[in-house]
Amino acid sequence: MKASMTRLIDLRLGLFLAALFAVTVLAPLATTLSSSSPFNLPSYLIPLMGKYLCYALLAVALDLCWGYAGILSLGHGAFFALGGYAMGMHLMREIGARGVYANPELPDFMVFLSYDHLPWFWWGFGNFGFAAVMALAVPGLLAFVFGWFAFRSRVSGVYLSIITQALTFALLLAFFRNEMGFGGNNGLTDFRDVLGFSLSAPSTRIALFVLTAICLAACILIARAITISKAGKVLVAVRDAESRTRFLGYRVESYSVFVFTISAMMAGLAGALYVPQVGIINPSEFAPANSIEIVVWVALGGRGTLVGAAIGALVVVALKSWLTATFPDLWLFALGGLFILVTLALPNGLLGLLDRFRRAKPAPKEVPA
Amino acid sequence: MTAQLYLDGVTRSFDGFKAINNLALSVDKGELRAVIGPNGAGKTTMMDIITGKTRPDGGEVLWNMDTDLTRLDEARVARLGIGRKFQKPTVFETHTVEDNIRLSLKAPRGVFASLFHRSTKAEETRVTELMDQIRLTHLRFEDAANLSHGQKQWLEIGMLLAQEPQLLLVDEPAAGMTDAETMETAELLKSIAGERTVIVVEHDMDFVRALDCRVTVLHQGSVLAEGSLDYVSGRDDVIEVYLGR
Amino acid sequence: MLLRLMTLCLALLLPSLASAQTLDELVGQLPDGNYNDRAALVTRIAATGDPRAASVLDALLEGELEQRTADGRIVRVTGSRNNETAVDVLTGEELGTVARRSTESIRVNNSLRRQIRTALGVLTLRDPDPARRLAAAEAALRSPDADQLDPLTEALEAEQNSTIRTALERARAATLLGTDAPIDARLAAIITLADAPAMTVQSALNAHRADADPQIAAAVAAAIAAAERRQAVWSQAQNLWFGLSLGSVLLLAAIGLAITFGVMGVINLAHGELVMLGAYTTYAVQQVFRAYAPDMLGWSLAVAVPVAFLLVGAVGVAIERGIVRHLYGRPLETLLATWGVSLILQQLVRTLFGPTNREVGTPDWMSGAFQLGEMTVTWSRVSIVVFALFVFFGLLLLMRYSAFGLQMRAVTQNRPMAANLGIRTGYVDALTFGLGAGIAGLAGVALSQIDNVSPNLGQSYIIDSFLVVVFGGVGNLWGTFAAALSLGIANKFLEPWAGAVLGKILILIFIILFIQKRPRGLFPQRGRAAEG
Repeated sequence: MKASMTRLIDLRLGLFLAALFAVTVLAPLATTLSSSSPFNLPSYLIPLMGKYLCYALLAVALDLCWGYAGILSLGHGAFFALGGYAMGMHLMREIGARGVYANPELPDFMVFLSYDHLPWFWWGFGNFGFAAVMALAVPGLLAFVFGWFAFRSRVSGVYLSIITQALTFALLLAFFRNEMGFGGNNGLTDFRDVLGFSLSAPSTRIALFVLTAICLAACILIARAITISKAGKVLVAVRDAESRTRFLGYRVESYSVFVFTISAMMAGLAGALYVPQVGIINPSEFAPANSIEIVVWVALGGRGTLVGAAIGALVVVALKSWLTATFPDLWLFALGGLFILVTLALPNGLLGLLDRFRRAKPAPKEVPA
Repeated sequence: MTAQLYLDGVTRSFDGFKAINNLALSVDKGELRAVIGPNGAGKTTMMDIITGKTRPDGGEVLWNMDTDLTRLDEARVARLGIGRKFQKPTVFETHTVEDNIRLSLKAPRGVFASLFHRSTKAEETRVTELMDQIRLTHLRFEDAANLSHGQKQWLEIGMLLAQEPQLLLVDEPAAGMTDAETMETAELLKSIAGERTVIVVEHDMDFVRALDCRVTVLHQGSVLAEGSLDYVSGRDDVIEVYLGR
Repeated sequence: MLLRLMTLCLALLLPSLASAQTLDELVGQLPDGNYNDRAALVTRIAATGDPRAASVLDALLEGELEQRTADGRIVRVTGSRNNETAVDVLTGEELGTVARRSTESIRVNNSLRRQIRTALGVLTLRDPDPARRLAAAEAALRSPDADQLDPLTEALEAEQNSTIRTALERARAATLLGTDAPIDARLAAIITLADAPAMTVQSALNAHRADADPQIAAAVAAAIAAAERRQAVWSQAQNLWFGLSLGSVLLLAAIGLAITFGVMGVINLAHGELVMLGAYTTYAVQQVFRAYAPDMLGWSLAVAVPVAFLLVGAVGVAIERGIVRHLYGRPLETLLATWGVSLILQQLVRTLFGPTNREVGTPDWMSGAFQLGEMTVTWSRVSIVVFALFVFFGLLLLMRYSAFGLQMRAVTQNRPMAANLGIRTGYVDALTFGLGAGIAGLAGVALSQIDNVSPNLGQSYIIDSFLVVVFGGVGNLWGTFAAALSLGIANKFLEPWAGAVLGKILILIFIILFIQKRPRGLFPQRGRAAEG
């Protein structure tokens, strides 16, 4: 019997990828239609959609470590922001002499703060490839070191959640400081172009959007591959019965560090894709509240489902855009209510609700093999 | 005959209470040993110390007379070939019965080994064999959460066997089993012994009698008596401890 | 003691009564005679000790003392050239605008001015009001003037109040040091000054560092160095005090959490917002007082304490019954749900009270400060430290000795057993959570005095509070106590050399590392159960 083999792409993931593909192809086409057409999509919406996909990717990253390994990180916003800063630093360098102060070497804020040379940690960020690697490596390394300390000391559950939040809070305070050399309060902004293409050009925007969609699809597939592998099953085992897993000979901390690091790198990738489309990265991305908001995306969509996390992110972010524009006072009530609703009434999220409806139909009885 | 497991002078206290006090124990390779004792005698703490969950305050715990187990963590101890079954059956509830067994099969335990693991024919055969042995074949694709208490006990024993350990530490396997199941378990453990070393902690005297092996009586963290069941149950001090006279 | 006080009062009052007539007569004589006669009068006016004498002399010194030609009244004329108004110097009666040439100035020359100044100095040094005497002595210390030496000496002989005596002695010493008095007297003056606060020592002695006499210069240098050393020690004491007061704030913020998280194991991320509600309750109570009983405003804080405790406690009970109850045993879900509650509470307060900071007044008895050695201690900080200790020990007693505390501990240690013993566990849970929330409300009352009362108030404390509880060891009130105070002190000692933000980051990193080293905090709960 081959039922034990789990397919990489099941029905749910297949539908999601197909929908993603359709949007990725159709949305750019829709911008080319004449503005009188009912299917016309204003091109300014493309970066907005790209931003949403970045959030979806971030949610997938968190779901990988929370939904499967039970590691509830309340600091994933920090990895996202670090990835964003890495990309932002490259975009800053690419402005070159076109800044207000026209300094070919130093970004405007450094001239303003009277730096006389580029700090060492900015070296190399002029190169796109280096910045792209750093956008993954820096969050990954931080997660690895942090996770290594934390998991080796068997810090888990709520304690881990609290110290991840302290981590992002510490980074928030640090990045607010001008002395850190990352633009302080204002962060990095006024980007011009990436790899020579203007960031305001519709074609660049479409390219970034498509790239984000591809990265989302790739990450969701990688995450899926991990979770259906034996290692993924070990992670779930750790979540369910940690000491049993240890007594079977699995070193739990290695698995936890591994998935935490991979997840942080995905979050960093999301941040790196986010910054060129949004045009700014500042310390507020490190705010603990942001990190907690990611959790509600995953919880609403259904944790431990990957696809659900992505859908949850899209739903909540769309709701946020709509509410903050129409009833700004209601947004926090809605978000707060969502947290309570999900935990009390929807423990398995929207996808769990779907499954329940499906299961409500009479299913054929399990045949003893 | 060398001792497979050798404990000497092991002490461990919690808040001044000596859970284990100068404990000495030696179990030979292939031996079946029953450990009995009243509540709080230190049976579970002894298991915790052997498996690396709890560090003793002093004393030595040797594996094959050459490896000091007190320096190792749970995973390392398990990889040496020491398997443990908890008092309360502990299985991976959201995994299927089959996956519970698969995860326990003897194989490299590293992250990347698991990540790129491909199931082999030999493994499939072994899983099927074990399923039959623990009589859960009909529930192979059921989530472990849906098993009855007794079925979970069996599953955990199956997981222990899948590990192919040299030493099995079994904590109250008969709890929650029917009389028939209890006797079957005793037979199973007896059949395993010889090839592997087995230490059983048990309350149920019928079960211990069925095991028909050497018995160690623990009391207040140290060995009170050791010998055949008839011998120890005839001793006044053992009777006093059990009946609280 | 009482008798002595009364005689002192009489002694201060009597001369002014007895000389009332005399002052009037003396002032009446001022316009007559030449400058020498006036000089004699100035001395006699000063000698009356009349409280009005100073203002008369002051007006004379300023050239504002004039005689009304019509009735001979002595008036003080102030204002611009075309709009001069007169006030009777003796009765203080406002006489309205005066026409030009309707008054005649009482003239003064330079030597008379000098004499008036000296007399004024003497007069304030002898003022019946101790605060004014002290101020005069301190003024003399700040700007020593050789002319003041005799008045200072005289005032010193007459002075009874020890604080003012010290100030006078120092002022006299500082003055003496600037004269060409014998070297022994000047050295003695340096010794007298050396005990003064470091700031005073520096200002009084710095000018004499390069004194012509090497012995004096050396003594001055030694005294300044000693004062600076003393100041360094005191600045550590000041840090310690600031640390203690920050620690008390942390303790107040964390102690409610120590109940809900430490004792019940419930992660309440809305804890900060409960603190915020406490602060807004204080604001609301104060507004009610402003509207209905403005003269009793000083009592509003005392009323806010029980109101905040009960109101926020009730909110806590509602949260427990409505949400938390359904999530026992699922800490991560509890964390998320209470975060949702915190967002709702924040927005609720923002909608009701607006997003801007609200001003909460400080009652008189809490404002002001006193001097302790080289440091200034504000009463508001003292009050918060005392309040925090009061709340902490009150809670400790409640937990240890009350029936409710016993039930609470029973439920947290063994729920089924407690239930079997007839304890209504649900009831105890709700009240325990309510107690934690109520204490958060109390923290809010205290924080309203030192922090901005805004909807974001809670967010700035939530992470700190959790770290305090985790650092101290969950389920251990004393651990929370030790953790709060030590973190507060560490923060204040790091601040001077690392800066406020970096200091905070260092503390955060330290705690992160600490938790990884000792996941169960400073004072872990030990035992086999805790090993699991």
